[in-house]
Amino acid sequence: MNGLIEVTDPGIGNSIQDLGRIGYRHMGIAVSGCLDSLLARCANALVGNPAECACIEVRAAGPVLTVRQGRVRVALTGALTATLVRADDGGQEHEVPPWQSVSLDSGDELRVGFAAGGAAYVAVSGGFATPLQLGSRSTYRRAEIGEPIVLGLRIPCAVLPFRGAYEFSADPWRHEEGPIRIILGPQDDHFTLEAIALLLGSEYKATAQSDRMGMRLEGPALAHREPALADIVSDGATLGAIQVPGNGLPIILLADCQTSGGYPKIATVISADLPRLAQVRPGQTLRFHAVDVRQARLALQAQETRWSWWAYGIVHGVSGAEVNKDLRAGWPLYQDPWHQGG
Amino acid sequence: METNTPRLLPLGDTAWTVEFGNRIDPALHGRVLGLLLEVLERTRTEETFAGIVDTVPTFRSLTVCYDPLKCDGERLGEALLSLARTTGAVQRDGRHWRLPVCFDSDFAPDLDDLAQTKGLTREAVIELLLATTFRVYMIAFMPGFPYMGGLPEALEMPRLKSPRKAVPARSFAIAGAMCAVYPWESPGGWRLLGRTPIPLFSARDEHSPSLLSSGDRVSWRAVERNEYTELEAAALAGNLQRASLLVEENPS
Repeated sequence: MNGLIEVTDPGIGNSIQDLGRIGYRHMGIAVSGCLDSLLARCANALVGNPAECACIEVRAAGPVLTVRQGRVRVALTGALTATLVRADDGGQEHEVPPWQSVSLDSGDELRVGFAAGGAAYVAVSGGFATPLQLGSRSTYRRAEIGEPIVLGLRIPCAVLPFRGAYEFSADPWRHEEGPIRIILGPQDDHFTLEAIALLLGSEYKATAQSDRMGMRLEGPALAHREPALADIVSDGATLGAIQVPGNGLPIILLADCQTSGGYPKIATVISADLPRLAQVRPGQTLRFHAVDVRQARLALQAQETRWSWWAYGIVHGVSGAEVNKDLRAGWPLYQDPWHQGG
Repeated sequence: METNTPRLLPLGDTAWTVEFGNRIDPALHGRVLGLLLEVLERTRTEETFAGIVDTVPTFRSLTVCYDPLKCDGERLGEALLSLARTTGAVQRDGRHWRLPVCFDSDFAPDLDDLAQTKGLTREAVIELLLATTFRVYMIAFMPGFPYMGGLPEALEMPRLKSPRKAVPARSFAIAGAMCAVYPWESPGGWRLLGRTPIPLFSARDEHSPSLLSSGDRVSWRAVERNEYTELEAAALAGNLQRASLLVEENPS
């Protein structure tokens, strides 16, 4: 672990995230972690990392990263490209597309672009190894937990064992389409039957009032059976829970969400569909479809299988050629995909 | 003994909420803590419970989070419900704090509205708040956020219909029959009645990052703006001893 990357421009809306801070909710500490855990796992797989490694989540203008100690390997996933300026290349700019790895030497500069989708990821060999806090590197700025991406921040990572290696590439991961699947409850009985029918039969639009904590939706208002039922004695909340305050407009809780809340939750998005929410931009519409706990588990298992097959489809030595000046010895850093699914 | 039957509610495919009732009531909270201890024990010893990754005890319910790839959620739910039916209550009494709060208008945007709605003067509302000893039921919602019960009925008000996008850090707030302090700036729908200079959470304190814990009692002391500013500065500089805020240490 002697690679080093320096943030030479922090960009906007970037944070270091891994698969989340699990097991601290009883202290009121949010899970956090990558909004789109599937894309983050893809990025990690492309540089040979296990799924738990921390990535940079890009939600607006990506950072500029300068390699201080190489050679390291990076990859982008999602609707994101970068510009690479090699230290020994006379300032020439190379485009780095997503879904393939590229190896960087000391002095090389990676100017990560603008995330056109909802959330995109940058992975580096060994992961962005900022200090672990309460078992995770995920950033939770609301509570000043995690390392913020600021100018001059130096982040350890892993160097490649020797110069010259294949690069890795894969087809873009495609999220499932169709309605977002939800499980009704825990407080669906606080709502009128019409409200449940509206939720399952209408389009809801994501508003600009959305962040890593939650996504506010616009659409037909969901009526509580009586006004007093718009308020509950606070109980546990989780990622994907759809809470409905007195104004009837649903808010879907996301990775940085509170651990409990006092608005009734009409339903909860199933875990298989949480990554899809990360890619919903303001103005886009959603539909919902109700399933049960068993169907949700089957959906998650099916998705895990599909992800393993995606990872199995990673090929080496192909599209890195344009950006990589050094494609001599072959050596697959990439590990067995069946052990990366988590 | 307890006549109310616990209910099992799905919170998606990664958590169950076992609900003992819908009130703020020390007896219900005791049952929550009782179930919590049983669940934590079984997480170590029983396969059905092995997929549990976290627990969130609240006033009246226990939310049990699990990894749906590591256990059968439906089986876990059934096991939780039958455990909840047979588990007894546990009681816990903690420390007694007296915390400063400033009621200046810019800190208390909802104070006049509350007074008006309740037909009270602003001073009468403050007097009622200062005369109350609140009980900390849980730390939840966000790091260090204490949900405190005991608000006089005369002051009960539902949450705002539309939550604020940003509640300032350390706002003293009420909702329903509860009182709380927002440790961080955050969105929130509680009614803001003042602000405390005391930080409620510090991630640097690895052992007890949260000032308050479940079972503690809290009373409030009104401070003027200049004392508020002094205490805030002292806290920021790390010169504030938590012990100086205690009324009595651990009554037996």
